[in-house]
Amino acid sequence: MTAAADIVDSTITPRRDGATAARLGRRRHSRNVLAVTLATGATIFALAALGWILLTLLWLGLHGLKLSVFTTVTKAPGSHGGLANAIIGSLLQTALGTAVGTPIGMMVGTYLAEYAGRSALGNAVRFVSDILLSAPSILIGLFIYSVLVSPFGGFSGYAGAMALAVIVIPIVVRTTEDMLTLIPVSLREASIALGAPRWKTIVFVCYRAAQDGLITGILLAFARVAGETAPLLFTSLGNSGYSGLGSAMASLPVTIYQYASSAFDDWVSLAWTGALLITLGVLAINIIARLIVRRR
Amino acid sequence: MDQSTQPSILRERAQAEAAEAARVSIRNLDFFYGTNKALKSISLDLPDRKVTGMIGPSGCGKSTLLRVLNRMYDLYPNQYAGGEVLIDGVNILEPGTDVNALRSRVGMVFQKPTPFPMSIYENIAFGVKLHEKLPRAEMDARVEWALSRAALWGEVRDRLRSPAASLSGGQQQRLCIARTIAVRPEVILLDEPTSALDPISTLKIEELIDELKRDFTIAIVTHNMQQAARCADQVAFFYLGELIEVGPAGQIFTAPKQKKTQEYITGRFG
Repeated sequence: MTAAADIVDSTITPRRDGATAARLGRRRHSRNVLAVTLATGATIFALAALGWILLTLLWLGLHGLKLSVFTTVTKAPGSHGGLANAIIGSLLQTALGTAVGTPIGMMVGTYLAEYAGRSALGNAVRFVSDILLSAPSILIGLFIYSVLVSPFGGFSGYAGAMALAVIVIPIVVRTTEDMLTLIPVSLREASIALGAPRWKTIVFVCYRAAQDGLITGILLAFARVAGETAPLLFTSLGNSGYSGLGSAMASLPVTIYQYASSAFDDWVSLAWTGALLITLGVLAINIIARLIVRRR
Repeated sequence: MDQSTQPSILRERAQAEAAEAARVSIRNLDFFYGTNKALKSISLDLPDRKVTGMIGPSGCGKSTLLRVLNRMYDLYPNQYAGGEVLIDGVNILEPGTDVNALRSRVGMVFQKPTPFPMSIYENIAFGVKLHEKLPRAEMDARVEWALSRAALWGEVRDRLRSPAASLSGGQQQRLCIARTIAVRPEVILLDEPTSALDPISTLKIEELIDELKRDFTIAIVTHNMQQAARCADQVAFFYLGELIEVGPAGQIFTAPKQKKTQEYITGRFG
C-alpha cells in the first residue's frame, strides 16, 4: 500500500531539490508582487478619479447652494434665478417614469423567472431586454420623440417620463428575474403543496421573499434615470418656468446641460450646484438601497 | 328480520369498511422522469388513520411516490405517471383533477423546514385562506387549533406576530406541520421531516406523528429505520423503483419475507 502510494506520488509530482524549490518560490513571489501592485494601482486610479469628481463638484457646487436655488425658478442670466422648476420637474418625471416602468418590468421579470424558463420566447425576451438595457439613451429619446412628441403636437413632461420609463423597464426586468431566481424551489413547492395556485405563490410568497431585492432594484433604476439627459432633450425639452407635466418641462440634467455650456457665470455656477444636487440625491438612494440589502 | 338479507348486509358493510380502511389506494403506478422509469408498477394501500413508513436506499423512488400522491410532479415538464391512485375511490391522476383542491386534502411536509417570509400567524393562515373564507375570530381559533395540534402553541402564543424565521429549526418544522394540518387535509405526506433536525426536535416530531394519526392518514419517507420502527404501523420497502415488500412494521423489522428487505434492514447495503 505504502509502496504503491510512493510510486503514484513520485510519478505525479517529481521530487524537487532545495535549489529548484527556492527558485520556484522566488518566481511565485515576484509574480505575486507584480499582480498586487497592478491591482492596487488600478484601484487607486479609479478611486482618485471618483474622488476628483466629487471634490470638484463640492468645490464648485457648494458655494452656489443657497435656499433660493430651491425656491426660485430658472431665470435669465444675471437675475438671480434658481433651480426650483428643474428640481420639481426632475422629481416628477423620474417618479412617473419609475412608476410606469416598474410594473411592466416586474411583470416581464416574473414571466422570465417563473414561466419562460429556457423556452425560445423566454430567451428572445431576455435577449431583447438585455439589448434595451445597454441601448444608448439618446436613441430612446428619439424613439419617444417620434411616437409621442411629433405626432401629438409638442414636448411634454409626460413624454419625458415615458422615455425614462423605457429605460427603467429593462433594469427592473433584470433585478426581478435575478431576485426571483434566487428563491429556493423548496419555498415555492411548500406553497403549492398547500394548494396555492401558481400566481398566489408568486405574489404572496416569492415577491415577499424577494421584497428587499426588488425594492433595491427599483431604487437603483430610479437613481439611474434621475441623471439621464439625452432621453429628455427630445421629449420634455426644458422650460424656464413651471407649467406642469402636460407641457415642456424643465429637469435638472437638461438644465445642467444648457447652463454649463452657456457664457454666463451665474448659469455655470447654477449648473455646478444642480450637478451636486443630483449626485447627492443618487448617492443617498444608493446608500438607502445598500442599507436595505444589509438589513437581511 | 329476513334472515337471507343479513349476510349480504354484513358483506356490504365489510366491503365498505375495507374501502374505508384504505384511504389511499395505489394501483399499478408507473412513474417516469423523461424516459427514466423511476417507479415500476407500484400497488400499495395507505390504511386510514395509520402511519405508513416508506424505507429504502436513496433513489429508490420513495420520495417520488409521495410527490405523485399530491401531484407535485405536475410542476415539472417531462414527468409522467401511469396507473391509478385512488383517494376515496377517485383516481387523482385523471387529467381533469383539480390539483389545488387535491393538495388541500393531501398535505405535504418537506425535508427542510420552509417557513414563508411572514409572521407565525400568517404562515398558518396563508393555507387556510386559500380554501376557506373565515371570519377573523374563526381564523384565530383555527390558527390556535393547528398550532396546538402541532405542539407549538405554548411556545409561540405570545409572539404570533413575529417572523416565522425567528423560530428554531425544530419549531419551524412543527410550524410547517401546523400549516399543513390547518388546511384540515385527510392525508399528510412527510418527506424525511426530521433529517435536518437535532435528536430532541426529532423526538418531538415523532411524538406528534403518533398523536396526529388519530385524525389523519400519514405517509412518512425516512432514511432512519429506527424512526420507521417507532412511528409506522405499516412499512413499505422500496428498491430501485420497485415495492419489494410491505407489511406491519413489527413483521418487516423482525421477520421480513424478502431477502432484499432482510439485507437492507440489517445494513448490508443502502
